[in-house]
Amino acid sequence: MLRYTLTRLASLAISLLVASAVIFLVVEVAPGDPAAYMLGLNAQPDTVAALRAELGLDVSRPERYLDWLGGMLTGDFGVSYTYRTPVAQMIADRLWVSLPLALYALTLSTCIAFPAGLLAASRRGKAADIGVTAATQLGVAVPNFWFAMLLVLLFAINLGWFSAGGFPGWDDPLAALKALTLPAIALALPQAAILTRVMRSSLLDTLGEDYIRTARAKGLSRGQVLWRHALRNALIPVLTIIGLQFSFLLAGAIIIEQVFFLPGLGRLIFQAISQRDLIVVESVVMLLVFAVITVNFAVDLAYAAADPRLRTRR
Amino acid sequence: MSLLDIHALDVAIHGTPVLSDVCLSIGAGEIVALTGESGSGKSMTALATMGLLPDGAEARGAVMLDGTDLLTLPEAQLCAHRGQSMGMVFQEPMTALNPVQSIGAQVAETIRIHTGATRAEAKTRAAEVLTRVGLPPDRFPLYSYPHALSGGQRQRVGIAMAIALRPKLLIADEPTTALDVTTQAQILDLLRGLVQDFDMGLMMITHDLAVVSRFADRIAVMQRGRIVEQGPTTEVFARRRHAYTRSLFAASRHRADLGPARPGAPLLTVENVRRDYALPRTRLFAPRRHHRALADVSFAIRRGERVGLVGESGSGKSTLTRAILGLEPVQAGRITLDGAPVGPETTRRMQVVFQDPYASFNPRHRVARLVAEPFHALANAPRGADRSRAVAEALTSVGLEPEAAERYIHAFSGGQRQRIAIARALITRPELVIFDEAVSALDVRVRAQILDLIAGLTRQHGLTYLFISHDLSVVRSVTDRVLVLKDGRIVEEGPTAQVLETPRHPYTQALIAAAPRLPDLPDGEADAASPAP
Amino acid sequence: MSRTLILGLALTALFVGAALLSFVWTPYDVETMSIAQRLRPPDADHLLGTDHFGRDILSMIMVGARTSIAVALVAVGIGMGLGVPLGLWAAARRSGWLDEAIMRFNDLVFAFPSLVIAILITAVFGPSAVNAIIAIGIFNIPVFARLARGAALPLWTRDFILAARVAGKSGLRISAEHILPNLANLLIVQGTIQFSLGILAEAGLSYVGLGAQPPVPSWGRMLADAQTMVALAPHVAVVPGLAIVGMVLGLNLLGDGLRDLLDPKLRVLRT
Repeated sequence: MLRYTLTRLASLAISLLVASAVIFLVVEVAPGDPAAYMLGLNAQPDTVAALRAELGLDVSRPERYLDWLGGMLTGDFGVSYTYRTPVAQMIADRLWVSLPLALYALTLSTCIAFPAGLLAASRRGKAADIGVTAATQLGVAVPNFWFAMLLVLLFAINLGWFSAGGFPGWDDPLAALKALTLPAIALALPQAAILTRVMRSSLLDTLGEDYIRTARAKGLSRGQVLWRHALRNALIPVLTIIGLQFSFLLAGAIIIEQVFFLPGLGRLIFQAISQRDLIVVESVVMLLVFAVITVNFAVDLAYAAADPRLRTRR
Repeated sequence: MSLLDIHALDVAIHGTPVLSDVCLSIGAGEIVALTGESGSGKSMTALATMGLLPDGAEARGAVMLDGTDLLTLPEAQLCAHRGQSMGMVFQEPMTALNPVQSIGAQVAETIRIHTGATRAEAKTRAAEVLTRVGLPPDRFPLYSYPHALSGGQRQRVGIAMAIALRPKLLIADEPTTALDVTTQAQILDLLRGLVQDFDMGLMMITHDLAVVSRFADRIAVMQRGRIVEQGPTTEVFARRRHAYTRSLFAASRHRADLGPARPGAPLLTVENVRRDYALPRTRLFAPRRHHRALADVSFAIRRGERVGLVGESGSGKSTLTRAILGLEPVQAGRITLDGAPVGPETTRRMQVVFQDPYASFNPRHRVARLVAEPFHALANAPRGADRSRAVAEALTSVGLEPEAAERYIHAFSGGQRQRIAIARALITRPELVIFDEAVSALDVRVRAQILDLIAGLTRQHGLTYLFISHDLSVVRSVTDRVLVLKDGRIVEEGPTAQVLETPRHPYTQALIAAAPRLPDLPDGEADAASPAP
Repeated sequence: MSRTLILGLALTALFVGAALLSFVWTPYDVETMSIAQRLRPPDADHLLGTDHFGRDILSMIMVGARTSIAVALVAVGIGMGLGVPLGLWAAARRSGWLDEAIMRFNDLVFAFPSLVIAILITAVFGPSAVNAIIAIGIFNIPVFARLARGAALPLWTRDFILAARVAGKSGLRISAEHILPNLANLLIVQGTIQFSLGILAEAGLSYVGLGAQPPVPSWGRMLADAQTMVALAPHVAVVPGLAIVGMVLGLNLLGDGLRDLLDPKLRVLRT
């Protein structure tokens, strides 16, 4: 298990390194000089040069990359071109909205999908299964931001139970959670539909395995077989999807934040794009990619915990 | 009254009958073998007894276990019987165990769900049961996982789960079919010992008459969902009242007529061949270890020779086949065909017939294209009408209609597919043919036909081949000379009859001792004629 | 044919038909604005109502379908065209550094959700429909590469492949002749699913302004425009959303129906 963890850890580090290089390169090829852009068309060349020096743009690319990389390792993401404030601080503020939102949605979607998938698989072909399957079919077809708009229309505008958007901050945790509830539901339901489908088909696949028949021959009932033997084996593909979903939820959160006017990473990145504040774009994208890669790493480890065969294999 | 009484059992799946009027009884301490070819309803009878028929199946009649009709019991009570008063062992030890549960937990589970024993008590008893089946916890800890065990060891775990509560009835569905002969003998011994110790009734399902002859007290022969003949083993063996039984016996003992061998110049030479596979590292910086699949193998095949290669799983048979075909590099030694080192150049002068008639063909191509595939490597391969004629000829020579060329492979049975595989292998008139377990997946009567076909083609075309098989009786039937492969070495070599009658190497002796053999029957000559189709 | 398949075909045909029809005819011109007609609810003149500029929503949905379908289709094409050969190549080598490199590359691309790729591209080159295509297309590559490799690997161990190797065929030829035809069903079904995901992704990207730019109509941007109008005229938000749901549902049902028809045991990737 240790060997497995170490190998995965090495591959995690390499992935992060390559990802950071890709992001840096893509942003580097962007046409135009941020300093010139910021100062406008009539700027004097020496003013631009001074600003370039201030922003750290006057050194060679490899040096800048290493600076950026080294900075990130120590928590220093550089200084925003537009606001002249540390990027790390800007991101940290926004992360307090985006991360709880994604986790909230992930929890919701898992809590919906597990029982629904189990129900459908254990009642295969019966009314409950057909109902769940139809609901998931619809669920995967609904764009989450549109669903969000419908939620706003119903619960905020017509019923007035929630506010239509905005975020009061974490000073009052209950109010904060309430403000995140509609966005989280909008994010979670389509993902829950996908997860339910995966859960159901994975369970049904597992129930067709030989060892399920062996377990039945031992005297386990259908229900016991489902709980004791099928569930753990079926969880392996489900885990993959949960890992993948986290990245979709983070990305989805960026869009949902637009619907609910939440001051999260999404708002930050769209502002940064429109102001060509490339260092902010670069850092937020790196953070998102970091999150995805790390979560997939965690999923790999969870795999090994769930499946003893993986621990001894490469 | 018997322990198990199956009376007038009919089973239909979605309206299609699969069992009709099956009557069978098993007493305590008795071993009853259920035999017949695939699809004859052996496994269905077992599953009906266990109450584990597939969805959509409907059973009528009576299955009385100790006076209780299992067919009338509600599911909850059936669950109480399964594992407690009747246990079942399945064919595929590789997939029959839950891969993510330790063996101890899987055996303990049987105990816990039926007796309400505590975790610790169940564990202690699981250890006892595993010890009884030959897996003592000091060598096979309870926390081991199935993937760390061999096929035979896994089958022992399967048996331990089934007998943990000393059921009155044990059902074993082809428990040794997936195992090597030596392992098979051990598992059969274990089962027999358990039957005696626990006074269990054992329903043993097997297609192998040789296994039946030594093992079972009584035997029931099934064909198309019916029991066509049953009685004490010696009596059924001696009398063979039903025509189907007779044809099964004839096919089991069938010897193909190969014709005399006329060895010519050396064709294939294998000299000191070694092949290692790198194993994954066990620790991060530990040096890689290697598995030696072939260690110093040398032999030669002359033109016109029919050579057998016998070995159990893991002996290096498949590696050797691929190395001869030039599909796999070797680390040391030389393999030459007619003096030329094997490689892309020699590949087209050899052909193979594989074991699995279902995996041997691309399901998306028509038979014509499948059979003509070996032409790919020939520079002067026939084209157009000539090619069609060659395909038609090849199909005719293996006993199929030329029209078969236009059909897809799924339209053919296992035996027909093996004929097509032979047609494909022979269409380029290769100098060497490798039969890689080519008849192992076939039912006994089909096997006899295919062996006859191979023998006929050999007489006609003077084939040179290497026949790889784990089955000694097949090797005896179609080879002149035999090589015995063990752990990547050839341990014995010689004329087939001589090696099989008077083996010199201890391994060959063990192999022959372990192989079940049909007894010589009094009127054996009468039905030695060609088996009924 | 199953009911699923028929319903899927019907829905898909409806939207594809509407998109094709929009090349020659729409009820109204989509660029003509009329403040007098703004935000009219559905009625006999405007079957699906009008938007805040008084444009006919039905016409915009028809033209928007064109954008959605074109973007998603080309993106799936990119994903299949690059992903499948990569996956087959990796499988043909089975082990070794090439397979490893291709799979690591896959993992890396998987770490960039299409929205993130779109953000990067837009940050650099500015927004456009082509960006959306590239972003969704890039994200599709690892999906198809994984699928093709995963399905090809077990095929490579089958005897008929060995027979082809004995016949002297090269890895490339075997991949084309024996592997690819056996993956066709799977690729058709997965292609349908990715098509539907592409429609959803395109809608999301245009909603946040990273996709098709005005004046090209697109469903996602119609929703973005509708957002401030939702309380006044719910239909401007409901109708484009229903169009997306209908199109995606149709494709998903089509995919499921095709799978059941071709081979119920196919293992598709769900993401």
